[in-house]
Amino acid sequence: MIEVENISKSYGSIRAVNNISFRVGKGDVLGFLGPNGAGKSTTMRMVTCYLAPDEGTARVDGFDITKDPIAVREKIGYLPENNPLYLDMGVIEYLTFIARIRKIPKPSLKTKVDRVIEICGLGDHSHRDIGELSKGYRQRLGLAQALIHDPQVLILDEPTIGLDPHQIIEIRSLIKSISGEKTIIISSHILPEISATCDRVLIIARGKIVGSGTPQELASLSGGGITVNTRVRGPGEQVFNALKNIDGVMDIRELGEENGISRFKLTAEKDRDICEEIFFRVSRNGWSLTELHREEINLENVFLDLTTKETS
Amino acid sequence: MTNIINIFRKEFRAYFSSPVAYIFIISFLVVTSWLFIRTFFLMNQSSLRPFFSILPWIFLFLAPAVTMRSWAEEKKLGTLEILMTLPVNNWEIVIGKFLASFIFLMVTLCLTFPLVMTVNVLGNPDMGPVWGGYLGAFLLGGAYLAIGLFASSITENQIVSFIIAIIICFVFLIIGEDFVLMNAPTRLVPILSHLGLGSHFQSIGRGVIDSRDIVYYLSVIGFFLFLNQIAIEQKK
Repeated sequence: MIEVENISKSYGSIRAVNNISFRVGKGDVLGFLGPNGAGKSTTMRMVTCYLAPDEGTARVDGFDITKDPIAVREKIGYLPENNPLYLDMGVIEYLTFIARIRKIPKPSLKTKVDRVIEICGLGDHSHRDIGELSKGYRQRLGLAQALIHDPQVLILDEPTIGLDPHQIIEIRSLIKSISGEKTIIISSHILPEISATCDRVLIIARGKIVGSGTPQELASLSGGGITVNTRVRGPGEQVFNALKNIDGVMDIRELGEENGISRFKLTAEKDRDICEEIFFRVSRNGWSLTELHREEINLENVFLDLTTKETS
Repeated sequence: MTNIINIFRKEFRAYFSSPVAYIFIISFLVVTSWLFIRTFFLMNQSSLRPFFSILPWIFLFLAPAVTMRSWAEEKKLGTLEILMTLPVNNWEIVIGKFLASFIFLMVTLCLTFPLVMTVNVLGNPDMGPVWGGYLGAFLLGGAYLAIGLFASSITENQIVSFIIAIIICFVFLIIGEDFVLMNAPTRLVPILSHLGLGSHFQSIGRGVIDSRDIVYYLSVIGFFLFLNQIAIEQKK
């Protein structure tokens, strides 16, 4: 659906995007992950035909961004970074304006506007001016604007930035609910954001792709294996030694002791489930297990690894 | 074409979404009427000439004020990114914005019709210069607005845009004035008098509608809208 080929863009002497290529299949959700200033927004702006690339090109549904920008723009729904809005317009007025420009025929104009208002949960605020809306509702309006023509491709640049945790969850589930058949690119510098919504992740740093794959694949890149946290009631040192000898444990650290309960953090080899063995050892020795849980796949390390590698 | 209409509609409504437009229109009418009436009775002639002779100077401040936010505001808010990723051509946005400011100025100017009625009631004026004056004012206004839009497209700051527009308009206005022509090198005189916004206005204002004057204004408008378009594309 989206094919980006060797695209580059410089601002003065700074190479914001350096020879990036990737493809997004129909219906895929791709996450752009990278520190601020990595080139995520610039890449998105080129795909949406806001900026022209210095070199390379991209195609959206077969249309070239440099040769056929209008056709490309018709396919895309775009939520720019910081969600710019006309603050002196009304919500309905704004959506109607966008709908008209998107060539939605007059008879279905009102139903389309009502539909996105409904989907994005703007119902109670649809008669207000945009300037009066809170940040969360502005974000919903930004999404509504991107969705109005039911685009095949959705490009969302940091859709949850600056929202409170409650709003983030709302926006995230909103994005999930609309994803369906659509091809989506989401950018973020927040990890859970990406692992929660995306099928595939591109990690970008200093204008280059430094890693790509599913969140699971990327996690395995880190080579760290799985991390298990546990709390055991029992004599600290003996527990420590018992756990250390489990097959597959690469590293064990005692994190502290409280009321006779010791906390440990174990790192084990990949593909090896050590939880059962921990349980057996602890119970065999007559100690008791008060906590045992395996950490979710952690992209954080991969991210830090990949994005700082070159500078160090 | 529908795109231009849509852009026009949005821009035109934006003028009236705040009270600024009304304050603007009212102050324009009050100032022009006052300046007109002050000399009208002294001259004791039923003619609108005093009105049309001050108009280029009032428009000099009015037109840049109309256009100053047009692009600058979009850039500042970032909404230009929305506009330029919608399926419209840049020139359609440029034309839409120009038409909105032009119609706004025309509406304002048309509201001065009580002056025409006044002179008609009090005397028997030659209507040729009156219609010519209005036509010239529309064309001059259009040229100022095109310059103003260009000034707005090269900055994010409305005040900067306002001042740049005034400076460019002022230069174009005075280079055709006698005072400048008398002091200019002889070789430049024909060029300067041809380029001056004011000299063409005066010749239309006499009631003689010469196609050269109209072509002149249309080319000034076209030229600055073209520059405007380039300034917008340059951002890429």
